[in-house]
Amino acid sequence: MISKIVVASGKGGTGKTTVAVALALALRDEMDRLQFMDCDVEEPNGAVLLQPAIDGDVPVALKTPKVDPSRCTGCEKCREVCAFNAIAVVNKQAMVFDNLCHSCGGCILACPEDAISEADRVIGRIEFGHRDNIEFLSGVLNVSEAMATPIIRALKAKGNDEMLTIIDAPPGTACPVIATVKDCDYCILVTEPTPFGIYDLDLMFQVVSELGIPAGIVVNKDDGANLDIDAYAGDNNIPILMRIPLKLEIAVHYSKGVPLTQVDEHWDAEFRNLYGKVRSELCQSPSR
Amino acid sequence: MPKPFEIVVISGKGGTGKTVFTSCLASIFQDKVVADCDVDAPDLHLLFTPLVKRQEVFPGTPHASIDPDKCTSCDRCFQVCRFGAVVPPESGTGTIYRIDDLACEGCAVCEWTCPAGAISMVAGPSGKWFVSDTRFGTLVHAKLGVAQENSGKLVTVVREEARKAAIEKGCRFVVIDGPPGIGCPVIASVAGADLAVAVTEPTLSGVHDLERVLELTSHFGVKTGVIINKFDLNGEIVLKMEQFLESAGIPLLGKIRFDTTVNRAIGEGRTVIEYSESEVAREMTLAAEETIALANQGLDVKASTESRGD
Repeated sequence: MISKIVVASGKGGTGKTTVAVALALALRDEMDRLQFMDCDVEEPNGAVLLQPAIDGDVPVALKTPKVDPSRCTGCEKCREVCAFNAIAVVNKQAMVFDNLCHSCGGCILACPEDAISEADRVIGRIEFGHRDNIEFLSGVLNVSEAMATPIIRALKAKGNDEMLTIIDAPPGTACPVIATVKDCDYCILVTEPTPFGIYDLDLMFQVVSELGIPAGIVVNKDDGANLDIDAYAGDNNIPILMRIPLKLEIAVHYSKGVPLTQVDEHWDAEFRNLYGKVRSELCQSPSR
Repeated sequence: MPKPFEIVVISGKGGTGKTVFTSCLASIFQDKVVADCDVDAPDLHLLFTPLVKRQEVFPGTPHASIDPDKCTSCDRCFQVCRFGAVVPPESGTGTIYRIDDLACEGCAVCEWTCPAGAISMVAGPSGKWFVSDTRFGTLVHAKLGVAQENSGKLVTVVREEARKAAIEKGCRFVVIDGPPGIGCPVIASVAGADLAVAVTEPTLSGVHDLERVLELTSHFGVKTGVIINKFDLNGEIVLKMEQFLESAGIPLLGKIRFDTTVNRAIGEGRTVIEYSESEVAREMTLAAEETIALANQGLDVKASTESRGD
């Protein structure tokens, strides 16, 4: 069975990357090849924990309009068609604000003088590498660029659908998260037993439900005392797949970039077991 | 009344303690309005127990919609859409073109192109924003609808409303709880702010993300101070961070220990300062006081620059 498993949370810092990396490492002996994809392109940290050898990168560019001043008559057709206020006409000349442009190509179609062409503007890159039989792909948004989603789209288009893919999602619930989880087969929701963790878990669960993606919960930083997540999971009929205890030792290892599977050997088996549960959940859920 | 002085709390990496610190800052700082700009995963209201005084709908970006009665299946919309949002009929299943709403960017190029006038742009509500009374003063907050976009624009609205509320209440400061990351909603929170506070943690990921977030505030010319949270996780990294901040001339506003008292306080819906007189509460208070001092300093500089400008 080939599938895309995404690890998401809503709230940041609950342990998405910890879970995604440990899962990939635990599965490497079971698979010929698998793929790890870091879609948290604003703050990609997959490489910090996975420590892949980076084999190279490719730029991600957006098409940005360029106006030929000798042809522009200042007719304002381009400004009228632009839904993002990225074009102004000053002194009978169209001006483009690159940072606001969504690269829809509307202005080029609208220009009656053929005065607009497009040039590539690099907004980030995709890094690719490997660790053993784990193929590593990560998107990186350039600092000061606003749009993470085009990088995520480009990253996902580079993925190899022929192997199991584990995807580390960005925090939040807005466009970058939706672009990440959209075509995934299963979502692992990592949460922590605080009101913040549970509130954001619920927001994220609503998103995956809306998208029709089956989901299960991993409780991280579990103190054994707070039962609100169990109640929430029960009420919403979401399986709790795994618990990772609240331990200073785990946090200290994380600070040094040591993956959970190297903190203690038993985590290898725990994460293989997690994958087994995801597989059986997938078999039970109706195909999408 | 001049524009309020805006302090924005950010982190790059999520879960470093932005909201916990913002709540502590809000609890000891009188002269402010608070804005929760983490609109797609807002948490501050869970500690503030807001009494909503005003509620407004945030209109979403209009998305394309195809009228099947007018569509002639000419395929033009499919050809011009760069976002893969026009779904042509599968072969042999009729002629109906439709829009994948999650993929639609709202550019309206298909509407503009359609020769049959079959496409219109339809806006639905994409969120709500609120102005509330709390025990820490006015809170402006929002809630983005499920699977909605445009968090950057909603952030801009929340920030703007917080500025208005501050002027109305005679507060000189706005404290913004920012989102994680460095993209659109973060830029919308940071650009034009007067002071940024980056809350970090001494982990390799924390270091990596702090570098990027400091590059961002420097790009936007926003003076930045740093708080190292959970400092006892890794002394070696703390030392490196301190050396780096010193050499870069970035003020260190405080160091706060890793303590599960914070979780227990949140569990009871209170700030850690309200909850206990522990060391972690004392360190939070010190960091908040340093932040307020730096903000007051910044306000004086701003006032003198502005009066020179007159």
